[in-house]
Amino acid sequence: MSQLAVEREIDRSKMTVSDEVAIEIVNMNKWYGAFHVLRDINLTVNQGERIVIAGPSGSGKSTLIRCINALEEHQAGKIVVDGIELTSDLKNIDKIRSEVGMVFQHFNLFPHLTVLENCTLAPIWVRKTPRKEAEERAMHFLEKVKIPEQANKYPGQLSGGQQQRVAIARSLCMMPKIMLFDEPTSALDPEMIKEVLDTMIELAEEGMTMLCVTHEMGFARQVANRVIFMDAGQIVEQNEPEEFFNNPQSDRTKLFLSQILGH
Amino acid sequence: MSDIGFVRTEMLPEQDPPASEVGIIGWMRHNLFDGWFNSALTLLSIYFVYKVLAALVPWILSPTWDAGSLAECREVLGALGREGHYAGACWGVINERWIQLIFGFYPAELYWRPIAAFVLLGVALAPVLFSDKVPSKLLIFTILYPFIFPWLLWGGTIWGPISVVLGFVVGWLVYSAVDKAVSNLALVYSAVDKAVSNLVGIIAGAVAALIWWLILSGYFVGAMDSIAAIGIEPVESRKFGGFMLSITIGVVAIACSLPLGIVLALGRQSDLMIVKYLSVGFIEFIRGVPLITLLFVASTLLNIFMPPGTDFDIILRVLIMVTLFASAYMAEVIRGGLAALPRGQYEGADSLGLNYWQSQRLIIMPQALKISIPGIVSTFIGVFKDTTLVSIIGLLDPLGLSNAIRADANWNGIVWELYGFIALLFFVFCFSMSRYSMYLERKLHTGHR
Ligand SMILES: Nc1ncnc2c1ncn2[C@@H]1O[C@H](COP(=O)(O)OP(=O)(O)O)[C@@H](O)[C@H]1O
Ligand SMILES: [Mg+2]
Repeated sequence: MSQLAVEREIDRSKMTVSDEVAIEIVNMNKWYGAFHVLRDINLTVNQGERIVIAGPSGSGKSTLIRCINALEEHQAGKIVVDGIELTSDLKNIDKIRSEVGMVFQHFNLFPHLTVLENCTLAPIWVRKTPRKEAEERAMHFLEKVKIPEQANKYPGQLSGGQQQRVAIARSLCMMPKIMLFDEPTSALDPEMIKEVLDTMIELAEEGMTMLCVTHEMGFARQVANRVIFMDAGQIVEQNEPEEFFNNPQSDRTKLFLSQILGH
Repeated sequence: MSDIGFVRTEMLPEQDPPASEVGIIGWMRHNLFDGWFNSALTLLSIYFVYKVLAALVPWILSPTWDAGSLAECREVLGALGREGHYAGACWGVINERWIQLIFGFYPAELYWRPIAAFVLLGVALAPVLFSDKVPSKLLIFTILYPFIFPWLLWGGTIWGPISVVLGFVVGWLVYSAVDKAVSNLALVYSAVDKAVSNLVGIIAGAVAALIWWLILSGYFVGAMDSIAAIGIEPVESRKFGGFMLSITIGVVAIACSLPLGIVLALGRQSDLMIVKYLSVGFIEFIRGVPLITLLFVASTLLNIFMPPGTDFDIILRVLIMVTLFASAYMAEVIRGGLAALPRGQYEGADSLGLNYWQSQRLIIMPQALKISIPGIVSTFIGVFKDTTLVSIIGLLDPLGLSNAIRADANWNGIVWELYGFIALLFFVFCFSMSRYSMYLERKLHTGHR
C-alpha cells in the first residue's frame, strides 16, 4: 500500500485533543439478521481526536462508523454523540446527522444538482440558512478544497478526486462537529488520492474531530493520534500510531500490517 | 542488447481523417452501402418505400373535398377516369364532419369555451413543461387552472368552482390552526412532537374540507347564487364528444395519475406494513383487470350500488376509473426508477440530516422521475389512446362518432378516410408527447455519473 507522505511540515498547533467527549460508545452490539457483525464495541472519542480505523475487509469498520450517524441501527448498547443519545427517536437522529458529516467511498454526490447546489441543499433545508448566506459559505468551503471554479458544474463532469473534495465541502457546509470518512480514497486513481488526503490533512490541522476508515497508512502515521485495528467485528488493538506500527501486540495486527505494508 | 527497446524522439501531429470517411460520401458509405448485403437491403427498402408512396399519394390527392356523399365522390372520381376501390379518397366526409369529430354534440355557439379551455391549458402547462423559459409566476395560474377547466367545459354558476377552492382554503386554515394549537400543547406537555401535531393537523384539515364540500358547499353556492347569479350556460355531459372528450379524459387522467402514481410507488416501498400492503393490493388489482372491465363497472355496475336517484356524472365516473388505471401503471414505472437509484443517494441525503419527505422531494424523486421519463411518457401515450375505449360504453369519442357517421346513408362504406383522420389527430398528440420527453431527457442530462 502506498505510504503517501506529505512533503510539507504539518502544522500541529491546533491539533489538540480536549477533555470533552465527542462520541461515546458503550457495549454496543449489532447483528445483520443472525450475523453478529459488531461485538461489544467500547470506544470514547474526545473532541479534536483524529482516529484511523483499519482492518481487513469485512471486519465491520464501515458498519461501525455508519452506526455513529444512525445509517445503521445498533441493537444493544449505547451510542452518545455530542451529548445526544442515539435512540430510535427520529428527531434525535436528524439532529445528530446534521452535526456529524460523512464522506463515502463512492462520494454519493447528487448528480442532478450542481456542485454549488449540492453544497447549499442541506444548509438551506435542514439548517434554514438563507440562500445567499448558504451560497457564500459553500463558496468558502469550495475554495478551501481548491475547486471554487467548478461550482456551477455537475458532479458527473468532475474527476473522482474533485468529486470527493466536493463531498467533503458539502459535509463541511453543515458546520459539523465531527467528520466520518469511510474509505474516502479507495475509489480513486493514485494521482487523485493525494489531493483528497491533502484536504483531509488541512481539516485535521484545523482541529476537526475525525474518524477515518482508510488504508492510507502514511496518513495514519502523520495525522492520527490513535489507530484502531478491527477484526471480526471487534476492536482488537488500539494505540498511538508510532507504537501501533512499530510495536504491534496482537498476532492479527501483525499479520494485517505485514500484508498491507508489504513486508 | 535487445532490439525491443524503443524511444520516440518526435511526437506525431494530429491529422485530418481520409476524405472517404467524412462528409456526405463518408456518411453514405457507412450508413447505406456498407458491404454488398447492406447495399442490397438499401436498394430493396428504397423500392418498397417507392411502391407504397406510388399507391398512397394518388389516393390522398383526390379532389373530393366538396362532395356531399360517397356516391358523389364516386362521380367526381369517375369523371376523372378513376374507377375501382382505390380510385381515390372521399374527403367530403371529413369536410362535413370534422367539427363534429372534434367537438361532438357540444352546442356550436359555445365552441369558444372548449377552445378557450384548451388554449388556457397550454398557458397552464407552459411553466411546468418549459420551466426554464417561462416565468414561474405563471404557476399561480397553473394551480387555479384545475378549477377553471371543468367550469369552462361544463359551465354553470361561477360559485361552484369558487366553493371548491374555498374548501381547500378552509382545510388549510383548519390545518394550520390545529397544527399550531397542538404544537403549543406539545410545548406544555412535551409529549407530542412535531410529526404528531402535523398529522393531527392534516387529518383535521381534511375532515374540515370534506365537511365543507359535502355539506356546507351546497348552501354556500345556493346563497351566493341568490345574491349574485354569475355563471355561464351549463352543458350536459352527454353532449360531450369527439376529440374534445378524448383530450379531456386524457389530460385529467394524465395530470392526476402522476401524483397518485408517486404516492403509490412510495407506499409500496414504505416500511409501514399497512400502507405497503394497501398500495401493493391496489396496484396489483388494477393492473390485473382490463380497463374495459373498469369502464363497464363505471357505466353500469356503479349505478346499482348507488342510492337510487343519485346523479353521478358518467364522464366523472369514467375519469375516475381511467385515472386509477393509469396511476397503477405509473406507480410501477416510478418504482422502476426508484429501484434504479443507487443506495448511496439515500445515504447521502440521510447523512446530511434531510428528513424523509425532504430527501424524497429534493434528492430521490427528481432522479427517479428523470430515469422513468420514457416509461412515464409511454404510460401517458397509452392512457391517451385508451380513451378510445369509452366508445364501448356509449360515450361519443372520435371512434364512437365514426360508427355513427358510417351508419349515415350518405357515408355508408367510408372507412379509411375517417380512421385515417382520427389516427392523424391521435398521432399528432402522441408524437408531440414523445418528442417532448426526448427534449426533457436531453435538458435534464447532467453528464455521466
Ligand atoms: N446490509 C447488510 N446485510 C448483511 N450483511 C452485511 C450488510 N452490510 C455489511 N454486511 C456484512 O457485515 C460485515 C461487515 O461489513 P463492513 O462493515 O462493510 O466491513 P468493512 O467496511 O470492514 O469492509 C461483512 O461481512 C459484510 O458482508
Ligand atoms: Mg467498508
